[in-house]
Amino acid sequence: MIPTDRKYTREHDWVMIEDGIAALGITDHAQEALGDIVYVELPEVDGEIAIGDDYTTVESVKAASPVASPVAGRIVEVNEALDEQPELLNEDAYGQFIAKVEVTEIDEAALLTAEEYEALLAEEE
Amino acid sequence: MENFDSLKKTPLFDRHIALGGKMVDFGGWALPVQYPSGILEECKAVRERCGLFDVSHMGEVDIFGNDAYAYVQKMVTNDVTTMTPGRCRYAVMCYDDGGAVDDVLIYKFADDHYMFIVNAGNTDKDFAWMQEHIFGDVRVENNSAKWGQLALQGPAHQAVLDAAGFEGEIPAKYYTFTECMKVAGIPCLVSRTGYTGEDGVELYCAAEDTVRLHEALCEAGKVCDMLPCGLGARDTLRFEASMPLYGHEMNETITPVECGLDFAIKLKKEYFIGIEALRKPRTRKRVGLKLVGKGIARPEAEVLCNGEVVGVVTSGGPAPAVGGNYVMCLVKEEADENGKWAVSVRGREIECEFAPMPFYKRK
Repeated sequence: MIPTDRKYTREHDWVMIEDGIAALGITDHAQEALGDIVYVELPEVDGEIAIGDDYTTVESVKAASPVASPVAGRIVEVNEALDEQPELLNEDAYGQFIAKVEVTEIDEAALLTAEEYEALLAEEE
Repeated sequence: MENFDSLKKTPLFDRHIALGGKMVDFGGWALPVQYPSGILEECKAVRERCGLFDVSHMGEVDIFGNDAYAYVQKMVTNDVTTMTPGRCRYAVMCYDDGGAVDDVLIYKFADDHYMFIVNAGNTDKDFAWMQEHIFGDVRVENNSAKWGQLALQGPAHQAVLDAAGFEGEIPAKYYTFTECMKVAGIPCLVSRTGYTGEDGVELYCAAEDTVRLHEALCEAGKVCDMLPCGLGARDTLRFEASMPLYGHEMNETITPVECGLDFAIKLKKEYFIGIEALRKPRTRKRVGLKLVGKGIARPEAEVLCNGEVVGVVTSGGPAPAVGGNYVMCLVKEEADENGKWAVSVRGREIECEFAPMPFYKRK
């Protein structure tokens, strides 16, 4: 159920690193907790982010939720489709990245495997 | 699972859980912000078909006695002189300085019996305020715990009532009520009122009958694909209809005049608490804006007009029935409605245009 091709954070974000590029997104649990997502504030391409920086704000009908990055680096791509269709995050949270980062540093200690993340979800239930 | 032990619960608490409601702390009450269908679907149901809300948390304060009429006249901004039994009227209770104690819906049963519907989180404060001001032959009673209240809102509400079965006359006119009805065999007071900008009714029943009434209306609601709706939809719907929410558009420091509720403020009345303060020219006003640039502005965001900070957002978010993102805000009186408007969100200015309220008006 939880994709095993990527890592997770305790804040319900996912990160998939390939060839030095990290794709960042939110988990299915996160989108479920947010409810209908109506706006995603995409970061600027070429912007630099540090570990722990809020690189995006995901807005549901009732709340704005900042999302912190578990990696540092330069933003090389954003998911433009979310600009017009933020609801894609509700429909397929694991299939939609929010931004891609050329990684200079990773907070490895903060990352969970799919198994560990699943355990965290069970714990929070 | 979150713990709701410390929160007040309506008679429908277990039923909300069973229906998959996402429970939140709303002013000390455990209530569903939404059900599994989600806020947007719930809003759509109310605008196009019908939705059912648990509003049992609202407070009910009865006013009895031969001086009840004079007492109500003293307590609220509106004039109840022309009210006949069976009518409802919106009003505000103010402090001496014009700040709002609460906004209330008044039900008149008789010259010696009125009822105020007050905001849940304000019930104790309002009741204390009301008790403090009794005179002559007046008795106030907080009967909030005795009542369950459901709001059945949307164009198909009549079809749902038909399917549920009822005895008595459904109030035909807006802001009127029928005291002794039976809906699905359950004794109810039914009023043609609501907080969604849509046609509909609110049903008051004995607290112990609330679950049965909710179940019966959900069953009857199948005729139009009615949805149970949570606080999220309620807030979005009232926002689209530009109805003020106490604690946002109005509070102890924001007067009903600033909030633009002139229709409910009768300054020609001889007296009500706060009248002198409200007769002075206001220095702030409530305005509506539509965001032209991308983004959403939330309460407390700064509002700019022609480059100058003129106030703050009091409510903001999407208005799904009309499309786009809007805000209601409280700004300086002199702010130019035809000026260049913007809201500041996380350090970024989003361009806005002036938007007449209500943002949504039913056809």
